[in-house]
Amino acid sequence: MTNPQSLRTPQSSIRNVSGRGLPIRGNDIDTDRIMPARFLKAVSFEGLEKHLFEDDRASDPTHPFNDARYSGAAILIVNKNFGCGSSREHAPQGLQRYGIRAIVGESFSEIFQGNSVMIGMPCFVADERSIARLQTAVESNPHVTLIADVKSGVISAGDVEIHASLPPGARDAFLSGQWNPTAMLLQHFDEVRAVAAHLPYVSDFRQ
Amino acid sequence: MADTLFHKVWNAHAVRTLPSGQTQLFVGLHLVHEVTSPQAFDMLRQHGWTVAFPDRTFATVDHIVPTSSQKRPFLDVMAEEMTVSLERNCREFGIPYWPPDHENQGIVHVIGPELGLTQPGMTIACGDSHTSTHGAFGAIAFGIGTSQVRDVLASQCLALDPLKVRRIDVTGSLKPGVYAKDVILTIIRKLGVQGGVGFAYEYGGSTIDRMSVEERMTICNMSIEGGARVGYVNPDDTTFAFLRGRRFAPQGSAFDRAVAWWRGMASDANARYDDRITLDAATIEPTVTWGINPGQSVSVNEQIDADPKDEAFAFMGFHPGDRVAGTKIDVAFIGSCTNSRLSDLEEAARIVRGHHVAPHVKALVVPGSRSISRDAEARGLDRIFIDAGFEWRGAGCSMCLAMNPDRLEGRQLCASSSNRNFKGRQGSPTGRTLLMSPAMVAAAAIAGEVVDVRDVIAD
Repeated sequence: MTNPQSLRTPQSSIRNVSGRGLPIRGNDIDTDRIMPARFLKAVSFEGLEKHLFEDDRASDPTHPFNDARYSGAAILIVNKNFGCGSSREHAPQGLQRYGIRAIVGESFSEIFQGNSVMIGMPCFVADERSIARLQTAVESNPHVTLIADVKSGVISAGDVEIHASLPPGARDAFLSGQWNPTAMLLQHFDEVRAVAAHLPYVSDFRQ
Repeated sequence: MADTLFHKVWNAHAVRTLPSGQTQLFVGLHLVHEVTSPQAFDMLRQHGWTVAFPDRTFATVDHIVPTSSQKRPFLDVMAEEMTVSLERNCREFGIPYWPPDHENQGIVHVIGPELGLTQPGMTIACGDSHTSTHGAFGAIAFGIGTSQVRDVLASQCLALDPLKVRRIDVTGSLKPGVYAKDVILTIIRKLGVQGGVGFAYEYGGSTIDRMSVEERMTICNMSIEGGARVGYVNPDDTTFAFLRGRRFAPQGSAFDRAVAWWRGMASDANARYDDRITLDAATIEPTVTWGINPGQSVSVNEQIDADPKDEAFAFMGFHPGDRVAGTKIDVAFIGSCTNSRLSDLEEAARIVRGHHVAPHVKALVVPGSRSISRDAEARGLDRIFIDAGFEWRGAGCSMCLAMNPDRLEGRQLCASSSNRNFKGRQGSPTGRTLLMSPAMVAAAAIAGEVVDVRDVIAD
């Protein structure tokens, strides 16, 4: 038996991302800061890009998202544990709707990283020194074009070149265009039914 | 072969290995709420998909419900729209749903356990990072984003990479005035807010073994604050006793069969772990956060020792070397999926009884569910709090994340039994949060400033 649900989820492979950079310095930047909770009061993700880092921007006129030199950026450059805290997908959705198509950082929270993969936004990981070089390169020349290669993990910004990586599963999924797994999860639905049938709690332990 | 609960549950729910190398994992219980689901239902409609297992899916409203009056329509137009949207979605897709005025309503992570929906050996998912709470029963529970909510609705499955397992043993006796909240804050302080990334945390040891299920929920709840998406405690007789007779728990002889299966899912004595750490319970003090993430904590009488350049100092108004004890508070909040259960309210009431909230403090108690409200009221706890000057509210998430009218104003400082002290978390961009146990919040509300709860208990 297969699931009657149709399997169309048009997706394209993501081989590289290029564009200007936007450095956000600091560790442990949580999703409440990226997208304050009051903007979750909506039934769609539309317009979230207007509220990115809204409170941080209000308290700090020099915040990179206030800096016209970075407007139109496509690649965010961050430090450790970016996106920690709440599982709200509103954070990566807001970033993507703003025009961010990839993030490079020292590390990410698992849920944020997973949410980003699901919407086709790779989160590259590189060491502290490499990230510092990239952030400095963009800060000193905001117009430099970054090129992030999904397969090799090489990220270049003018003369600066760093080596980053993606989790192998995510990397392959971006390359093959299967980064949104719904279609795969709906295939072989008979196997899902079989697993459910073997779990005694699914039938309330009756037998 | 000896194995951990994590791997046993994972293997029992693994459907297949996906081309990406990830595992397709069956989800045994999906909890849905109003904030992270509307877009997921829209995506289902766009594709013409149905909900694969509506009978394994349950929905309620918690994040945006007002706690002063749950009369419909809500005064907040957006809150009403989100509630109506969830109601329409649940009707259209055939999902059981408990509205704001239903006796089962409450915070998803509170009602799942109290209804017996949460059971050992299950996989559980919910569009909320504190889903880790359900691990207190020996379930593997994942917080997920909205696109994954869509996946679980459509397929009852998630695509996931396996986690490593870190065993955290807490051994010995906690000192009086030291609670489960202090244990998890201390664990996060020691391991860091990202120490758990890539790990499931398995909590055990004699201290955890002796804890009630409610205390274990407090610990598992905050696993995510330590970076661990999943945290759990192996199921034992305490777990089974809690579940017996609950509405959705197996009944009669089925319960005995369930216990046998649940026992078998627990980690084997000689299971191998990817990492192990041990904590001596006797060294844990009443703990408070001073900074802007849950790892920035100290014991209440300890001097803050951190990098003076840390932005948390300027935001919070503390200086290196300061103690948190003696800090004047403006608001006291007892609530949230971390600490809003009956035992939390009983302990707080014990401290509050016969005293009055300091004149400058706004204090509120928000039970985690309507069921807890009823139980607390039957025990007269509501009177104790009201007589002491607390506001006694309806159930919901409330000031933990301030998506309803309960929020801080300006730079107000809040002693809070919740889970996150992030900048702006409690609704004011400049508002400040000190996380602590509900007993410590109660003591702070009375004193008007942060105090060592042991001084109050000793009185």
